[in-house]
Amino acid sequence: MTQDSTATVWHEVASPFCGIASDDLTIEADGHQIKILENADPVTRKGFETPLGDTQPRVNGEAVTMEQAISQIADHLIHSQQPLIGGMGTDLNGARAAMALADKSGATMDSLYSPAAFRNIMVLQDTGYMTTTLTEVRNRCDLLVVVGSDIEQAYPRFYERMIWNESSMFDLETHNRRIVYLGKKPSGDASTSPNGREAEVLACDDADLPEVISVLRALINNKNVQAETVGGIQVSDLKALADAVLAARYSVFTWSGSLLDYDHAEATIQTLCEAIKEVNATTRSCGLPLGGKEGDTTVNAVSSWQSGYPMRTTFNRSYPDYDPFLNDARRMLNNNEVDLLIWVSSFNTEATPPVTGVPTVVLGRSGMQFETEPDIFIPVGVPGIDHEGHTFRCDSAVSLPLKKLRDSGLPSVFEVLSAVEQAL
Amino acid sequence: MLLKLTGGRVIDPAHDQNEVVRDIYVRDGRIVDKPADGQVDEEVDCRGKIVMAGAIDMHTHIGGGKVNIARTMLPEDHAEAVVERTELMRSGCGHAAPSTLTTGYRYAEMGYTAGFEPAVIPINARQAHMELHDTPIIDKGGYVMLGSDDFLLRMMAANQDQEAINNYVAWTINHSQALGLKVVNPGGINAFKFNQRKLDLDQKNDFYGVTPREILQRLSRAVKEIGVPHPLHVHGCNLGVPGNMNTTLETIQASEGVPMHLTHIQFHSYGTEGDFKFSSGAAEIAEAINNNPNITVDVGQIMFGQTVTASGDNMRQFDGAAHAHPNKWVNMDIECDAGCGVVPFKYKDQSYVNALQWMIGLETFLLVNDPWRIFLTTDHPNGAPFTSYPHLIKLLMDRSFRNDIFETLHPEAQNASRLASIDREYTLYEIAIMTRAGAAKLLGLADRGHLGIGAAADITVYSEDADREKMFSKPDFVFKDGEMVVRQGQVQKVTWGTTHVVKPNYDLSIEKPLQKYFDTYHTMKLNNFKISNDEIVDDGRGSLTIQPLHKEGRL
Repeated sequence: MTQDSTATVWHEVASPFCGIASDDLTIEADGHQIKILENADPVTRKGFETPLGDTQPRVNGEAVTMEQAISQIADHLIHSQQPLIGGMGTDLNGARAAMALADKSGATMDSLYSPAAFRNIMVLQDTGYMTTTLTEVRNRCDLLVVVGSDIEQAYPRFYERMIWNESSMFDLETHNRRIVYLGKKPSGDASTSPNGREAEVLACDDADLPEVISVLRALINNKNVQAETVGGIQVSDLKALADAVLAARYSVFTWSGSLLDYDHAEATIQTLCEAIKEVNATTRSCGLPLGGKEGDTTVNAVSSWQSGYPMRTTFNRSYPDYDPFLNDARRMLNNNEVDLLIWVSSFNTEATPPVTGVPTVVLGRSGMQFETEPDIFIPVGVPGIDHEGHTFRCDSAVSLPLKKLRDSGLPSVFEVLSAVEQAL
Repeated sequence: MLLKLTGGRVIDPAHDQNEVVRDIYVRDGRIVDKPADGQVDEEVDCRGKIVMAGAIDMHTHIGGGKVNIARTMLPEDHAEAVVERTELMRSGCGHAAPSTLTTGYRYAEMGYTAGFEPAVIPINARQAHMELHDTPIIDKGGYVMLGSDDFLLRMMAANQDQEAINNYVAWTINHSQALGLKVVNPGGINAFKFNQRKLDLDQKNDFYGVTPREILQRLSRAVKEIGVPHPLHVHGCNLGVPGNMNTTLETIQASEGVPMHLTHIQFHSYGTEGDFKFSSGAAEIAEAINNNPNITVDVGQIMFGQTVTASGDNMRQFDGAAHAHPNKWVNMDIECDAGCGVVPFKYKDQSYVNALQWMIGLETFLLVNDPWRIFLTTDHPNGAPFTSYPHLIKLLMDRSFRNDIFETLHPEAQNASRLASIDREYTLYEIAIMTRAGAAKLLGLADRGHLGIGAAADITVYSEDADREKMFSKPDFVFKDGEMVVRQGQVQKVTWGTTHVVKPNYDLSIEKPLQKYFDTYHTMKLNNFKISNDEIVDDGRGSLTIQPLHKEGRL
């Protein structure tokens, strides 16, 4: 930290706004205004630089004190038969407080990002996988296969940090890394190598991915495939890809659960993960599921160690009761199974609660706008801007400390939910 | 507040006390002298009862990435062991991979007051501490893993001197907030990333040209020279491979008298004799342990039933994945630092191999003479969940109980084992050494594991029962830092234990190459890698206890 008369400049700041959690940002805090000076990208710029909005809690649209708002939340909880704590855009301690509150109040927990996260979690719980982490990719990957995901929109610095890094540890010439897109094409040129080589693309529709991945798996296992094309892709091209994977020293298959957005995408991911395991019979290959922004990985990790289960766990019967279908927040809300929604969204002003007929409490990032004013709104600080915290990266292996960059006086989710628990 | 535990039969091997009837006084969480004025605020009648220090589990996988993967992947295992919330305790679950909260409560209920996570990956240490932070009542700590990290292997390939390696080890222990140093399949996790599938003690890493023997020697020397009390914690080469007893015997020789702790030795004591090409090497291994006073071991006893194996040794776990039950598994390469593998497993009493594994573990316990150098573990959850400890104690203390079970196991395994002919029964005094005094001594916990003046008042009180399983399942009282946390085997107060660490000195010059290494190759900044003391304290519930270094430590 260096200080001058008007602003504070922070170095090596970690971003919780994208799952790769780059921690090399230089950020200036001038009063309440935040500006990224170095290593910004569209995702982090929006995440850090969204201006501070209102700081006053509201009940039914009227300004109240924090104490009043907390006591009203406690009141709602006491009278609720089936509360739901949703959104779950928070950090380590926010997740801890939410778990404690859910346990005490019999709430169900789910995250805004579960529809994507569960495409991977379901695979973990059914057959498992072989995966790697960002630093391994940076140093070892000689063939990157991007499956069904235009990753540079959501992870703008992925290629800069993990693929086109100048030096790697193991005599690998990074600019010669081979990039193959299977499914969606890249929308920009982040995947183009520094010497101008564009990524190869085997394009197909999402709807064809299950079949394409199944055929790729068959080819990896040296099975005969009668068809000549699958999903518009020449089987001979897929065969060449299978051969390249088997010839590579350390291939990496990456995908994003949120970009593989179709029904039962988990089955495609499962097929892919089984294929990766099979490649490892003779050479090394790993998966790299991308995701995990805004507390997504964090809340699943905390939930797992405190309850044994990830999100979609209910405490309604006094013990953790997990069901990835029954405890899906969207399903419960659509089915009128919830009588109180506590929505936690401390990173993203646009991640607002679904409009429902049930009383709604929002712990939201200051500046959040609502189509329908929630019953209770408490503006909360952003972990990594308004208070210190911790966030997990998409690969789960690394968690990073988040800094307090400014003094906004906004409470953390941890403080609010702990106070609610005390008030019960 | 002065607490008096009156008239118990005190077993305190650190002070050579075996069932000495005496009073224990406690003030402010510590054991104190009898007060001069005789003023006592609270008295607990311990007459006729056995009094020991709180038990210490020196090797238990209770926190960190691989444990949490195991939790997440096993909903069906939790479903049979969910735990309801009470006024006092949070809900939770878990048989093989319990939730952190349930872990703390269960350990306390069995009279354990400390547990140590043995496989903390440096880059994942922060998560391990988060989980340990959420583990109630017991004290905790971890051994940080080196040996397959590229920074060390680069140093060794460049022939850097021992001083530089000592610096790196000390730096890593400091900034990952660890109590000791562990090596897992030395260099093997790294070699697996280069597609090597096996790494014997003298086999070279394809890229670095470094052997496991060299890694073991460098790291064990580093631990000794920087004054860390706990010897290098070694998960050796070739875990689970028939014939690995020879690797283990060679590893003991390779230690060249430098202290070394060989963990879950049962998994490393296999021969290749007999029709099944799988035999017990326990006798030879035990003999080597008996003859090499620099060697300590914990057993990693297996028990029959469902569990999950969670290990940093992803080279061996990849091989073992073929035996996954249920059939799902995870294998990970991690951050040019380490790896992990999680494989659910069911040990079956009618399997020849599993039955013999059970016998090999018990043979080892019974053939190693010195209880100060062997420790009671199941390598939780790899051999069995830690909740099986009372049963294990009964197996050690009750020969006829042991032999009754033996006779029900796979008949060929019975023929291949000499277990039934071993008469030894552990005494309460020996159990107290293994689970208290010896463990504290091994880890360098100056104020734990004993009942002398000044010790932390971690005390467990049992009613003696000929059924040792019953006795050790349900202590009458457990005191943690002087507070009664368990009565009649039930938690009655929830406290939060401390995190034990050591802080060996290092020369700051090590940060120069480390800074360059992180900036060039890593995806995380050096300063964000470091775990601050404040992070351990966190919301005020955590605390750090810095244990003393060995006096002969230098840098």
